[in-house]
Amino acid sequence: METYFRELSDTLCTGLPAGEVLLLNYQGEDTDFVRLNGNKVRQAGHVCQQTLHLDLINNGREASAALPLAGQLDDDLARAQSVLGRLRKQLPLLPEDPHLNYATEVHNSSRRGDNNLPAANQALEQLITAARGLDLVGIWAGGEMSHGFSNSLGQFNWHGACSFNLDWSIYRDGDKAVKQNYAGFAWDSEIVVQKIAHARDTLELLGQKPVSLEPGKYRVFLTPAALYELMKMVSWGGFGLKSHRTAQTPLLSMVREGATLHKDVTISELHADGLSPRFTRAGFIKPDSVELIKAGAYRNCLANRRSAREYNTAVNCGIEQPHSLHIAGGELQQNDVFTALDTGLYISNLWYCNFSDRNHCRITGMTRFACLWVEQGKPVAPVNVMRFDESIYHILGDCLEGLTREHEHILDAGSYEWRSDASACLPGALINDFTFTL
Amino acid sequence: MPSDWQPIIDDFKAVVPGVDFWSLRLVHDETETLRVRDDVVQPPSLVQSRGVHISFVDRGGMAYAATSALHREGLHAACEEALAWLAFSRRHTLIDTGRMPRPGRSGSYATAVQTPWEAWSLKDKLERLQDINQELKIDDAIVDRQAQLSCRRSEVTLVTSDGVSIDQQFHYLIPGYAVVANRGAQTQMRSGGGWGSARQGGLEQLAAFGFPDSARQTAEEAIALVNAPECPATCADVLLMPSQMMLQIHESIGHPLELDRIVGDERNYAGTSFVDLDMFGSYRYGSELLNITFDPTVGAEMASYAFDDEGTPAERSYLIRDGILERPLGGAVSQARTGMAGVANARACDWNRPAIDRMANLNLEPGTLSLDELIASIEYGVLMDTNRSWSIDDSRNKFQFGCELGRLIENGELKGLVRNPNYRGISATFWRNLAAVGDAGSFEVWGTPYCGKGEPNQMVQVGHASPACVFRNVEILGGVGGR
Repeated sequence: METYFRELSDTLCTGLPAGEVLLLNYQGEDTDFVRLNGNKVRQAGHVCQQTLHLDLINNGREASAALPLAGQLDDDLARAQSVLGRLRKQLPLLPEDPHLNYATEVHNSSRRGDNNLPAANQALEQLITAARGLDLVGIWAGGEMSHGFSNSLGQFNWHGACSFNLDWSIYRDGDKAVKQNYAGFAWDSEIVVQKIAHARDTLELLGQKPVSLEPGKYRVFLTPAALYELMKMVSWGGFGLKSHRTAQTPLLSMVREGATLHKDVTISELHADGLSPRFTRAGFIKPDSVELIKAGAYRNCLANRRSAREYNTAVNCGIEQPHSLHIAGGELQQNDVFTALDTGLYISNLWYCNFSDRNHCRITGMTRFACLWVEQGKPVAPVNVMRFDESIYHILGDCLEGLTREHEHILDAGSYEWRSDASACLPGALINDFTFTL
Repeated sequence: MPSDWQPIIDDFKAVVPGVDFWSLRLVHDETETLRVRDDVVQPPSLVQSRGVHISFVDRGGMAYAATSALHREGLHAACEEALAWLAFSRRHTLIDTGRMPRPGRSGSYATAVQTPWEAWSLKDKLERLQDINQELKIDDAIVDRQAQLSCRRSEVTLVTSDGVSIDQQFHYLIPGYAVVANRGAQTQMRSGGGWGSARQGGLEQLAAFGFPDSARQTAEEAIALVNAPECPATCADVLLMPSQMMLQIHESIGHPLELDRIVGDERNYAGTSFVDLDMFGSYRYGSELLNITFDPTVGAEMASYAFDDEGTPAERSYLIRDGILERPLGGAVSQARTGMAGVANARACDWNRPAIDRMANLNLEPGTLSLDELIASIEYGVLMDTNRSWSIDDSRNKFQFGCELGRLIENGELKGLVRNPNYRGISATFWRNLAAVGDAGSFEVWGTPYCGKGEPNQMVQVGHASPACVFRNVEILGGVGGR
């Protein structure tokens, strides 16, 4: 589609009246989605979708639109021109936009990922065979995703990648299950076999009589997947420049009252390690990284094009929310996690988090899947789901005992409207006095 | 049906392979959004979506393909993709496709619109949003102001190999404003004018959300909340206003009653349910005051329609009557899988997703007490208004919800505001503590455009209408110090 997008954008940009600037963004995916329940197929299908985003700028004003592409040039051009006509009529009716901002320097780039994906039906046959006799539920999402940018100033960027994300759970009974994921760019069936074998071992443990905890404070270990759920909440306004300047960040105490996290906590947005394009929808090129929190102290915000103009700083992201989050590792060895936890709760996954007091970054949520009660360094039983209510200033602050040296690279399995290209590279975290309430 | 649908249908019929059953769902969706933030007009946005969803059922298999390539070659390619997955699904199918229901009735639906979006010019609409921005600026403590107006039009046509043809046209209005006040490290946001909700209809629906008349009060409450004491941490009565009842119904009745959750489809993502199939017909879900209907006939409510996305005719049904659980939220496929009676709630968010069991309009039927009588019935408690935080376990049992605004009630009278009001409980017991239900005077139509579920993920609009309700002996809490 790169050639098609180039041809489409060349034609649209060539015919512009004097004074107009046009920004074009292409987004496309060709994805197989196969949904499983009981290790059988619940829904199987394919989605092919392409969208063209247009931002028309003239005389300090901007209007935007998005339209689906059918893949036939004449037809797509006609509909794009029709939409441009609507935008062109709107512009004179708008006041001048003081926060208008788009890249005026030309930076071309092209990244075309190789297609090393397996045939989806063969990969699924291997999964179903490996999980024979198990109650497996989940989804395969795999195929090509591509993004393109061009503008009437002559810039052209392309980012294409073929990836898969196999996300599943294996249930023992009731709500006791092992959650697993295998995602990437090249398939190795042996990895699936190993993961399923590991799940079978954990299912044995889940057959023990579950422990019901009383509300109170407990020593816990958060896996990277569990920490990711918390960081998704912190990321909801936590690092955006606009949310900082309008006092809506849940990290307000850090910027207004000098609150800090534990000195071992360093958080960055590592654009260079992410899956998403390095160009923004306005043509800016993202820096390799943005240091958000260093040694527990707040450092920098993520600034999108409008905030950057409003607050006179450089653009360093597309949206003001981490998309390639990285937390520096610590000294705790993964193999020593149970020993270090000693007696407490090993939290494999958290679920449905939300703020109970945003001003103090206090988050409530639930444990989920294979959370285990650990006694004297050995996991002994599953734990019935518990509600927690705790502040990040405790979790990653005065109650943090250690971060693992090892990281897990999590590829987000989300697929609202499009498959997500968000990711995170996170350690696990050992925490004391973690509060459960219900 | 849009005029350009028929050539697409003809092209599809020219390339569709011989299968036992096919359906073709065509969707054209267009959303216009205007927003003014801190007096600055944001770039207007127009988002179009247009594509088809093809479903095949054949010889023990079922599969789909969806495409925005609406020409003969594109439709042919989509059919080939669906055929490939059809073959795979035959070998591993979960569902007995021989029992798959087929829609049997054609029909149509259109949202009633009195004042169309175009009745106000772009200039008019922007001026109104700018006026609201001005109205919200009442104090230097106000640090962020937003007002928006959005209109979504969706045209959905379903045709099947049996000759059924269903056309539905929906118009949604998505308005609202939000204002943020701050002093030091204390920030409070208050919303109004329908922010976070929507209704079917035209611009005439603004009045039902108090848009724009409530703007100044919204700003005043944001300021007052910054200065208010924390909601107390205690066990007391709560009076939930319709803007919070919406969320309470959604999370702790709607989701647990979805039949696809009960049979396990959602266990890897949205979760399962504490409700099982044996509970229907006998389980006491709530007090005798609890009456919940699936009602797709409330005109302005967000998920009103005549047919669901599998073509099942929609009608009003009781899910819970006098507190007893009667019927799940299960569409035709789920009904065939379980042998249970359900409702017409198989819905897809767009052409690019298959239909699954969803909520639609899920309403709590009014009782007999006025709002004043509800307040008078409370010796000590907290009124909570407008949801802002939601969290519940994967079985939809242990929940904690928070609201924008709380107000103490003492000895049957409203007292001062409290900030950061939260409450928590367990669905299976919470509804049994429903002690009083407001009458039609406090009944309001709400909903959300953002109900997420499904793999692949889908976000759909759902409607929830309710009067204000009183619950006894609820654990409530506030911000820091109120854990």
